[in-house]
Formats: sequence, C-alpha cells, structure tokens
Amino acid sequence: MNSRRRPAIERGAEGAPRCAPAENASAARRAPVFVSPDLERLDIVAVGHVDHGKSTVIGRLMADTGSLPEGKLEQVKAMCKINARPFEYAFLLDALKNEQAQGITIDTARCFFNTPNRHYIIHDAPGHVEFLKNMITGASRAQAALLVIDAHEGVRENSKRHGYILSMLGIRQIAVLVNKMDLLAWDQAAFDAVTREYADFLARLGVRPTSFIPVSARDGANIAARAAEAPWYDGPTVLEQVEAFKGLDDDLDRPFRMPLQDVYKFTAAGDERRIFVGTVESGRVRPGDEVVFLPSGKRSKVATIEALSGPRPDEAYAGQATGLTLDAQVYAKPGELMVRADEPAPLVADRLRANIFWMATAPLVRGRRYVLRMGAARVPVELESVLSVLDSQELQSVTGAAQVERHDVAEVVFRSTRPVAFDAAETLEPTSRFVVVAGFDTAGCGIALEALPEAAASADAERRFSVGDVTGEQRAARYGHAGKAVVFVGESAEDAHAVAASLERRIFGLGVHSYCLSATDLGDEKDVLGREAQLGRLGEIAWALTDAGIVLVAALGDMDRFDLDRLRALAAPHEVFVIGRGDGGDLGADLDLPTTLAIEEAAQAALRALTAAGVLPAPAA
Amino acid sequence: MNQLETLEAKSVHILREAYRALGNVCMLWSIGKDSTVLLHLARKAFFGHVPIPLVHIDTAYKMPEMIAYRDQLALEWRLNLVVGQNREALREKQTFPDGNVDRIACCRNLKTMALKHTLDGEWPRLRMDHDRGELVEDADLSPYTGVIVGVRADEEGSRSKERYFSPRDVENDWNVDDQPPELWRYFKTDFEPGTHVRVHPLLDWTELNVWEYIERESIPVTSLYFDNGEGIRCRSLGCWPCTTPVRSTATNVPEIIEELRSGKFSNIAERSGRAQDKDDGGGLESLRRGGYM
Ligand SMILES: Nc1nc2c(ncn2[C@@H]2O[C@H](COP(=O)(O)OP(=O)(O)OP(=O)(O)O)[C@@H](O)[C@H]2O)c(=O)[nH]1
Ligand SMILES: [Mg+2]
Repeated sequence: MNSRRRPAIERGAEGAPRCAPAENASAARRAPVFVSPDLERLDIVAVGHVDHGKSTVIGRLMADTGSLPEGKLEQVKAMCKINARPFEYAFLLDALKNEQAQGITIDTARCFFNTPNRHYIIHDAPGHVEFLKNMITGASRAQAALLVIDAHEGVRENSKRHGYILSMLGIRQIAVLVNKMDLLAWDQAAFDAVTREYADFLARLGVRPTSFIPVSARDGANIAARAAEAPWYDGPTVLEQVEAFKGLDDDLDRPFRMPLQDVYKFTAAGDERRIFVGTVESGRVRPGDEVVFLPSGKRSKVATIEALSGPRPDEAYAGQATGLTLDAQVYAKPGELMVRADEPAPLVADRLRANIFWMATAPLVRGRRYVLRMGAARVPVELESVLSVLDSQELQSVTGAAQVERHDVAEVVFRSTRPVAFDAAETLEPTSRFVVVAGFDTAGCGIALEALPEAAASADAERRFSVGDVTGEQRAARYGHAGKAVVFVGESAEDAHAVAASLERRIFGLGVHSYCLSATDLGDEKDVLGREAQLGRLGEIAWALTDAGIVLVAALGDMDRFDLDRLRALAAPHEVFVIGRGDGGDLGADLDLPTTLAIEEAAQAALRALTAAGVLPAPAA
Repeated sequence: MNQLETLEAKSVHILREAYRALGNVCMLWSIGKDSTVLLHLARKAFFGHVPIPLVHIDTAYKMPEMIAYRDQLALEWRLNLVVGQNREALREKQTFPDGNVDRIACCRNLKTMALKHTLDGEWPRLRMDHDRGELVEDADLSPYTGVIVGVRADEEGSRSKERYFSPRDVENDWNVDDQPPELWRYFKTDFEPGTHVRVHPLLDWTELNVWEYIERESIPVTSLYFDNGEGIRCRSLGCWPCTTPVRSTATNVPEIIEELRSGKFSNIAERSGRAQDKDDGGGLESLRRGGYM
C-alpha cells in the first residue's frame, strides 16, 4: 500500500485506528441563532483610551448574545480562580500571555459574532498609546466603530487621538459608548457632560456620531439588554446600534477603479489567456468597456471577465477580486491603475498633498528616500515639505515643523521621480489611501488630498561636476563626430545587448570613438529604490560619455516611458537617441526595431538610421 | 456581496499578493478542510493553475485515508506536491505515541521542526513526479521565503491576533507582542534578509464559513469528516493519537453545516478534540511562538 509508493516516508503504527470518541459536551445552552450564508458581513472596531472598557464591552456582548463557545466562560473563570485574580470579561479576548499578565490589550483581536440579520467581526483594539499601530491595523479593517469613554475618567488623550484617526481612515459611522456608568450611579448630568465635550470635539473634525450610549459593560447594562438604571435614556442599546450600522455598498455607483495587481500568462495546458487581475476598489466594468491604464495612458477594451469555471460573468464590480482579458494587447504593468475611459479620470501627478499619520520611531524627514505604496503602485518618494502638524488634542495646526514625529498627524507634500495615479480623498476615498514604507517597514499611512503641479526645476537638471576647458566642438572637430548616447530598450535584455554590441562593432569599424555598455536589468521590480539608483547611475554615465565626445551604445532592458523621461533628464543637455526593440512602440522612441528583424539586420538598420539622423558621420562616397 | 463572496475576494487578493510579492512562496496543505479550501481558492485566484508548490508535512501519524486522498488530488489537479518529514525523530522514536515525549514535544518534533527544515531546505524533500505518478526525492532544496497557511482567527486566542502577512525571524520565532502594522490592503511584503513570512488568507473565516463554502463550491474533502456508520466522525484532522473524533451522524456536507449552524456543535469550539491545546494552557501561544502553524 502507501509505504511502497512513498519510498522514504515512514509510517507510524500500521493501520491507524479511528480512536474512541470522547463524550461530547451536552447540548447547546441557548437557542442558537440561525445564520444564512447569504447575509452580509460587517467589520466593526472598538477603540478608546486605555482601560476605558473596550474588551469588557465586547466580552459582554459576546457572552450576552450566546456567541461564546460552550465552556469558554467557565474556563476563563476557573483560570482566574487558580491564579487568584478577579474575573474579567476582557480575558475572553486578551488571549496573549503578556496581555493577561499586564491586564491590557496589546494587539487587536478578531471576535466573531452573528445575529439573525448579519455576521460580524468586532476588532478589539488596544487603547495604550504604545500600541497605536495595532489600533490602526484593526481600525483600517472596519466600516463602523464603537468608541468607548470611561464616564468616570472622562475624555482622555487617546479618546481624542482615536477619534481623529477614525476620521482620517474615513470611518463615518461612530457610536460613542459612555462606559462605567455604574461608578457614577447612572448620573444623567455626568453622561451629558461627557457627551457634550466629545460631540464638540468630533464636530471640529466634521464627524457626527451615530449615537451616544450610556453603558456599564461590567454589568451588561445597555449592552445587549436595556439598562433599568437609566430610564432617562431612550436611544439604542449597543447591540441595537451594531445592528443599525450600514454595510457600505455605495462604492458600486462610483467610477470604476482597479489597481492592477498582476498580469498572468500561464502557459500550462495550452492556456493562451493574458489576464489582468486585481481587486475592484469602486464602480463596475463590463466586456466592451474602453479602459485606460494610468499613469502610462495605455488604452484597450475589455474582452472578457474570467472565471475558474462556469459561464463568464458579464460584470466585475467593487469588492471583487477579478481578472479581465483585453481586446487589443497592451503592455500595462502591475502597479498601474485601471479606469474606464467614459468616467471621470483620476489624478496623475509626481507631487501630491496628503494627510499622514506617522507610526515609525524614526521621524519622517527630508532628504531621505521612502517608498509610497498607492494602490498596486510602488514609487520612490521624498518629503518635500511639512505644511502643518496637527495637535490631536486641541486640533490646532502647528506650522513650521521640519519633520513628522512618531504619532504625529501632519499635512505634507511628497515628491516622486515617477508619476502615480490616485484620487483625492473627498472625491473617491478608496483610491486615495496610501502607506509609506521606510526601509522594510510600513512607517506611515494617509490619504491623498490633491495633485500638485510638477516642480519647476528638477534637481537632476543641475550639473554636479565641473568640466575642463576643451569644448564639445573641439572634440567633435578632432574625432570627426559628436558624442551621443544611443539607448536600446526592449523586453529581453539579452537580445537588446546583442543588437547593441553588434551595432557598436560596426560603428567602431567606421573609426568612431565608441563604447558599449549594458545593464542586464534595472533590478527587482519590487525594489523601487534600487531601480531608481541604478537608473541614476546610467544617467550619469550617459551624460559623462556623451560630454566626452564618445558614442555610447547602451542596452537597458525593460524600461517604461517614465524611466526614459528620467534618463533624458539626467543626460541633459545632451539628447538621447532611443531605439525600441520589440515593445508596442509607445515609448516615444526615435526608432523602432521589431523583433521580427534578426540581430544583425536590426544592427544594420540602426546604423542606417543613425547615419541618416546625422549622429554618425556619413560614409565617404 | 454576501459574506462568502466577501471572504472569497479577500482571500484571493491575499493569495495573489503573496504570489506577486514574495519570491519563493509555498502553501501548506495539511489535507484538512481548511487547507483544501485554500487550495481551491488558489485555483480560482490563478484561473485553474496552481503556480505555488503545496507542502505537506507528513508526521507519519496522519490517517491513511488522508494520504490516499492527498496523492489522488495531487495527480488529478497536477499539483506541485512537496512532502517533508522529521525522519530522525521517527527513527529514534521521539514521539508521543512511542511514549518517549509528551504531546507538546511530539508536535514540536513532528510538525514544527519538520516544517522549519522542510521550508529552509536543510532536510530532504519529496516531490510528486507526475510522469511516474509517485513521490521521488527532490533535487531542489532552495529555501522558501514565504509560506501560505490556512489558520483561522476563530480557532484560538493567539490566532485571533494574527496578521494576514506575518513575519517570522531566522529562528522561525513569532514576536507576537510587536507585530508590524497592516493597513487596508497594504500587507507587509518588504523584509530583512533572513526573515520569512507566514501568509494567512483564511483568518476571517469561521469553521461554519469553511463548510458553507465547501458546499457552495462542491470542493472534495476526505471521508474522515463524515460518519461512516459508526456514529463518529472527525471535526478537525490532526494526527490520530491526538485527535478525538466527535459523536455525530452527519454523513454529508449539508448535515455538517446544520450541526454547526443550529445543531449540536453550534456552541462548541472546533479544536476541543485536539489534546495538545489543553497541554499548552488552553491556547497554542507557546507552540506558535516557536513556529507551530
Ligand atoms: N466599574 C466598572 N468597571 C469596568 C466597566 N467596564 C470595564 N471595567 C473595568 O475596567 C478595566 C479595564 O477594562 P478593559 O475592558 O480591559 O479595558 P480596555 O479598554 O479593553 O483596555 P485596553 O484594551 O488595555 O486599552 C477592567 O478592570 C474592567 O473590569 C464597567 O462598566 N464598570
Ligand atoms: Mg482591551
């Protein structure tokens, strides 16, 4: 049997028996809730200052709705007894050993619970300022929030900071739970005071909370059951409020946006499809729709929407992870934003104004390279300026800051060496969201507010070296030709290099002072800072050799229009002669050599074109 | 979208992101229902192809039905199946069934250690040879930098706090008290050399969701999940010495769903039949910090 077919694999005791069953626990305690797979799922986050009772609220909500697995409550109570500690509902969620030891939440927990109407995950976020990154992690998953404030302690630092973060993350449905009302003997005046203070704060953020609910999480009052202690309160309980939150599906009626996650071409079993995949952020698209990829501007028409099996769907819409084939092949690259040609276009810019929340210990500073992740794109960015830093307590803007410190909220301007496509937050939130990576870490997150015009003078244009007295004309007179950078761009780096080398042999044979150099590739597609640096070196070399009067023939592998723009800027004032090898021809190349031309033919054609363009001296007749 | 559609979309997105952003990534296939759902999601994400190797850690104490089912599906779907094992611990009988170590140490030997060294390529691997229809020694021992795992947040406490993309250090250790932030769909995909990453596409699924999806998509699962007439079945598939079947007469997927939705299991945790959890103080945190799935 198995042992013969699987040579080096050892078996345990032969013919493993199906062991004896354990006695099952007795039947369910409560009438279980019937749930249907056709219902929707809503993600809610609980936030607020440390120790104000978030975990207790959720623990209580779970317990009071019969959502805990059988025996769980008893198990936690028994554990508390063994360790001689008072029982806490929070221990149902604070599962990590360090959390229980310290009595605080460290990382956000997912809690599942169902009602007859909907499925929920409640994300229990930590309130301690040290764990803000974990709070944000939880909050970014949510469509609605429960913000818990201890009535006794009142509005505290993180009550405000969390409120601010929710508004920045675009969470509009916020219910404020005024907790521990038992400590204040359910005093309505105290509840009103907290409510007034916090409503004022939120109003300045432009947020109107869905409700203010007086609760005692410990006693389960106004959580699932109405509090008899507060006859003066006639709003919803927490459970009723949770049920009243709306699932957001208005993204369906907004313009179509799909960050291009990848392009698949699986050749196995004769599969010829070239599939453009991604998750639709907003809107919808159908076969026949004309689409544009940005920032490249490449256009095509949707041919099909693909599926694993069964009939092909006739539409892809917001929320779906989908895949499309196109009518006319375009070489759109992962990272671009796919939109519909007949709908409002997104912004495309290399400078943008944004709100950012900084999480890393090292501050966000000028003069350092970061990677901006916007949709599926990764572009190198630099901090151009800090417009203002917001004090999350008083909501005062402070101008004149040079950098953004950890846990600061700031309005900044970023500048990139490549354009990126996005939307402004007030137009289309999902595609305005970005994160900033420093080194290997996600260091900041934010929303884009506006595209800014291109910077007037790029630093690249400034010359970095001093040169001698011999002029370009003097060199040209001596050599019989001027310097020039001739650059081959093509999908296959080997092929491009072979053509370049062959061309240089011919040029050198004509007595021209030439040099051939190829970068096999620009490096890992993902390593955007490495690619940028490599491109920078190539630009310097192109400038220096051209300035020295030499004809440089370089093969640079797979580059796009924006890489070329940067190369041109780096080589300025010298002009670059670009030869496209094989690509779709939208590079704005001076010459296109289709791959149907063999290497030697291509080199010969390039030689003719360079001579015709006056780059090379005309052969003596 | 209803919740199964939402869950599917998110998982597919995560699988595609892992495939795009992590160099040499593999997927753990325990043959259980969760990782088989994961496999099905991969076939959806990549339109019928599975461009990611499937790694099975064979503890030698898996039930024979599971191994037969594994090889059959691997051949049928032309999967790139890779098998790893702690041969030494088995040879030296450092296992719980042999009576030489406790359950926790046994898990560490047969699962955690085997996983670590199969991933890093230090121990031999077997690979399914589709022409011969059998497993052969694999010449390719390049380390995997990422591994996709079908754990769910509803299984136990430390899993409820997991990230979708979770870095582990060179020693495979999980620094659960200081996890990186993870915002929107921006998962952590930049790593210091030496780190590897665990990817968890099923975190937001519950056990019930998994069965509802198996039903909706007609995904084949092993017969161990169904009562074969003795009035017992497995709810969670581990090694047979540590997995206690439950009393149940469910013989098909709709009956299992009924049990979970409103019937006898609607209030009982899935892993209540896994003995090692209890030996770890009610959770799996210690095991998992050290590299357990
Ligand atoms: N008297 C009283 N105490 C409460 C109430 N709710 C929570 N507590 C207590 O407040 C303390 C903190 O509660 P937690 O639920 O852990 O607070 P938290 O907001 O989750 O704290 P972090 O997650 O660490 O930020 C615990 O000792 C609770 O027992 C309440 O309604 N009344
Ligand atoms: Mg807490």
